[in-house]
Amino acid sequence: MFTRKIKELIIERALLLSALITILTTLGIIWVLLSESFAFFKVVSLWDFLTDPEWTPLFTQKHYGILSLVCGTILTTGIAILVAVPSGLTIAVYLNEYSTKRMRNIVKPLLEILAAIPSIVYGFFALIVITPVLQYFFPSVSGFNALSAGIVMGIMIIPFISSLSEDVLNAVPNSLREASYGMGATKFQTSFKVLVPAASSGIIASIILAISRAIGETMIVAIAAGQQPNLTLNPTVPIETITAYIVQVSLGDVPQGSIAYKTIFAAGLTLFVFTFILNNISFWVNKKFKQQYV
Amino acid sequence: MDLQFLSETEPAVKTIGKNLTQEKQFMAREEKLAKKEKKHYALESHMLNAWYGEKKILNDINMKIEANTITALIGPSGCGKSTFLRLFNRMNDYIPIFRKTGDILVDGEDVYQKRIRIEELRKSVGMVFQKANPFPKSIYENVAYGLRIQGEKRKSVLDLAVEKSLHQASLWDEVKDDLKKNAMALSGGQQQRLCIARALAVEPSVLLMDEPASALDPHSTHRVESLILELKEKYTILIVTHNLHQASRVSDYTGFFYLGDLVEFNNTKDLFTHPKKEQTENYISGKFG
Amino acid sequence: MFKSSRNRIIDKSFQVIGLATTIFGLLILATFIFYIFYVGATRIDWAFMTNLPSRFYAKAGILTAWTGTIWIFVLTAFSAIPIGISTGIYLEEYAKKTRLANILEINISNLAGVPSIIYGLLGLEIFGRFLGLGRSVLAGSFTLALLILPIIIVATKESLRAVPQSLKDAAYGLGATKWQTIWTQVLPVSFSGIMTGIVLALSRVVGETAPLIVIGALAYVPFVAKTPMDDFTVLPMQIFNWISRPQHGFIVNAAAAIIILLIIVIILNGFAVFIRNRASRKNNW
Repeated sequence: MFTRKIKELIIERALLLSALITILTTLGIIWVLLSESFAFFKVVSLWDFLTDPEWTPLFTQKHYGILSLVCGTILTTGIAILVAVPSGLTIAVYLNEYSTKRMRNIVKPLLEILAAIPSIVYGFFALIVITPVLQYFFPSVSGFNALSAGIVMGIMIIPFISSLSEDVLNAVPNSLREASYGMGATKFQTSFKVLVPAASSGIIASIILAISRAIGETMIVAIAAGQQPNLTLNPTVPIETITAYIVQVSLGDVPQGSIAYKTIFAAGLTLFVFTFILNNISFWVNKKFKQQYV
Repeated sequence: MDLQFLSETEPAVKTIGKNLTQEKQFMAREEKLAKKEKKHYALESHMLNAWYGEKKILNDINMKIEANTITALIGPSGCGKSTFLRLFNRMNDYIPIFRKTGDILVDGEDVYQKRIRIEELRKSVGMVFQKANPFPKSIYENVAYGLRIQGEKRKSVLDLAVEKSLHQASLWDEVKDDLKKNAMALSGGQQQRLCIARALAVEPSVLLMDEPASALDPHSTHRVESLILELKEKYTILIVTHNLHQASRVSDYTGFFYLGDLVEFNNTKDLFTHPKKEQTENYISGKFG
Repeated sequence: MFKSSRNRIIDKSFQVIGLATTIFGLLILATFIFYIFYVGATRIDWAFMTNLPSRFYAKAGILTAWTGTIWIFVLTAFSAIPIGISTGIYLEEYAKKTRLANILEINISNLAGVPSIIYGLLGLEIFGRFLGLGRSVLAGSFTLALLILPIIIVATKESLRAVPQSLKDAAYGLGATKWQTIWTQVLPVSFSGIMTGIVLALSRVVGETAPLIVIGALAYVPFVAKTPMDDFTVLPMQIFNWISRPQHGFIVNAAAAIIILLIIVIILNGFAVFIRNRASRKNNW
C-alpha cells in the first residue's frame, strides 16, 4: 500500500521534471543570447549598433549597424504580408461563407500542405523559378532580390492566415449571421460588414502570427534574397536579413569567441525581441477575441 | 521558583489526570456501544455540511443506513442528492472547490480520515454512474479491470471473476460467446449492466448508483431494476433517482432532499403513503420537481 | 432597386474572386510539385540514392544525406517524445490551475513562437560548446528535439483534454490510482491524437535546415554517420548546398533530392491525417 503511494509520488515528480525542461529551454535561450551579446556590446556601443547605417563585420572596414539587416527583414516580411493577407483573407471568407462545406473540408487541409512543405523547397522556387520570371518582365531585377523571396514567403504563410481566420470566422455566433441575412444583406455584406469586424481581433492575431513567422523565416531569404546588407526599400536589389546573416556566418569559418562570432548572437537577440513582442501581442489580441465570443 | 511552581500546579495536574481517566473510561464505553451499533449501519453521515466554493449545497445531513437494504435518494435536480451519494466513495475529492464538514462513515469507519486510502475505499464502495461509461475495451477487459489494477494477473482468477460478475449482473447469457467484443458495441442497457458487473467484480460491500437507469429505455430500465433487487441480498445499495416510481418499486427506505436539506427519511412505503412533511407531499404528488 | 442590384453584382464578383484565389493557391501548390518532378524525377536512380557526395554533379549522390536524416529523425523522436508527452500529462492532469502551471503554459506558447534559427544558437552554445557535442548527430537531434517539444506538448494536452470525464470517473470509482487511470485508460484513448501531433512535429524535423546550419552541420560529409557522435548532413542541407552552386547539373540534383524530401514529408503528413480520421471514426461517445 505504502509503496504504491510512493510510486505515485515518484511519477508525479518525474513528470514535473520533464515539464521543467521547457523552462530550462527558455532560460537557456535568454542566457545564451544575453551573455554573448553582452560580450559583443563591450566592444561595440549600443548606439552604433542601433544607428550605424552599415553592417560589415566580416570586412576589414568593420561596421556594426543592425539597421540594414532589420531593413532587409522588414522588406521581405512586408512583401510577404502584402501577398499573404489579401489572398489569405479572401480565401478565408470564401471558404467560410461562399463555398460548400464539402469543398471547405477538402480545400483547407490541401492549403495547409503549403505550410508543411519545408522552407528549403520554397527557397529553390524563389531562386530557380520566380526570380527568372521576374527578370523576364523587369530586366533590372538582380539575381538575388527581396521581391522573389518575399513573394514566395507570402505564399508559404497563406495557410496561416486563411486557416486561422477561417476558424475565427466560423466561431462567430450564428445569431449575428442570421440577423444580417434577416435584413436582406448579401453574403458579401454579411461577411465584410458583420463577420470580419466581429472576428477582427482573431484575424489580427493570425496576421501578427504570420508576420512573426515571416520575420523568423530563414532558408528562403538565405537562398534567394542575397547576402548584402543594404539599407534600402528597393525590392529588386540584393539585401540581407537577420536570419540570412546568421546563416552566412555559420557557413563560414569564423573562430569561436571572436567578435564576428558574437555578432550572430547580437543579431539573434534582435530577432528574438521582435518575435517575442509580436507573439505576445498576438496572444493578447486572441485572448480578447475569445473573451468576446467563446 | 521552579519548585514553588510545581507544588502549586500539582493538584491541578492531578485533577486533570483524574478527569482524563474518567473520560477515557467513558469513551471506551461509548466506543463499545458504537461498535455494537456498527453491525447495523453500513453507511452513516453525521452533521454533514458541504459547499461548492461559497455555495452551500448540503445542510446538516444525518442519515443511517442498514446493511443489505436499498435506499433511494429523491428530490429535484440540484438538491444535493448526487453530491451526497458521492461523499461515500469520495468522488467529490476531484472538485477543487468542494469542501465539507461532518463525518461520513462506511462500516463504522470515517472515510475522510487521513489514514484511509481512497483506492482501498473505492474497492469496498463501488459506483455505477448515470451514463453508462464502459471503457473502450473488450467486455472481458472491462470487468477484469478492477482486479487487474490491484495486480491480479492469474488468468484463472480473472476468468472466474468475470464470469461470476457477469452472472450477477445478469448479462452472462447475452455476452458469454463474445467476451472479446468491444464494450462500446453493446446496447445502452447492456452497457449499464456491464458497468454494474464491472463494479461487482472487485467485491464491494456497498454499491452507489447515480441515476443508473435515467438514460435507458423502459425495457432496459426494468431489467436494471430487477437486477438491483437481486443484488440487495449481498450488497447495501444507495441509489439516486429522479424517477419516483422507481424509488417506490425498488427501495426499502427513501430520503427526500430539498435545497440541501434532508427533509424526510423513512421507510419507502410510509414516505410515499403518509409523508410527514408538506414539502415531501408536494413533491411526490407532483406539485413541483 | 438600383442599389440592391449593385450589391448583387459585388456579391457575385466576390464569389468569383474568392474561388479564383482559392484555386490559384492550390494551382501554385500543384505547379511547384509538378515543376520539381519535371526537373528532378529523371535524375533519381539507384546510384543517386547510394552515391557519396562529389564535386561532379553526375557522380554525386544523397547516401550521406538520407542516412543523416534518418539518424536525426530517430534520435530527435527518442528525445522529444517522452519529454513532450510527460510534460503534456503533467500540465493537463496534475498541475491544472496552479501558478506553476500558468507559468509553464505561457512559457510553452512563447517557445512555440521562437524562430527555429534561435534554437540553432541555443544548440550551438549549450550542446555544441558547453556539453562538447560539437556538430555531431546528437547535438543536432537535441537541438531539434527542443524545437518540436512545444508542438508535442500542445498536441498531448489537447488530446488528453478530449478524454471524457466519465471514463476517468469509472476508473477512479473502481479504486484506480491517478497514474493507473492515466496509464490504463486516458493514454490509450488519447493515443491517436498524440500520435498525430508527434508525426506532424517529426515531419517538421525532416525539413528543418536553419538550426542545423547554425550548430555547424556540414553540407559535405564524405562518410555515413556510424555513431551519434559523428558529423552528419541531412537532405535539406544537401539541397541547400546544391542550390548554391552555379552549374545546372547541381540544380537538377537539388530538384531530385527535393522530390525525396517531399515524398517523406507528404507520407508523414498523410499518415497523420490517416490516424486522425481513423480515430474520429472510432470514438463514438
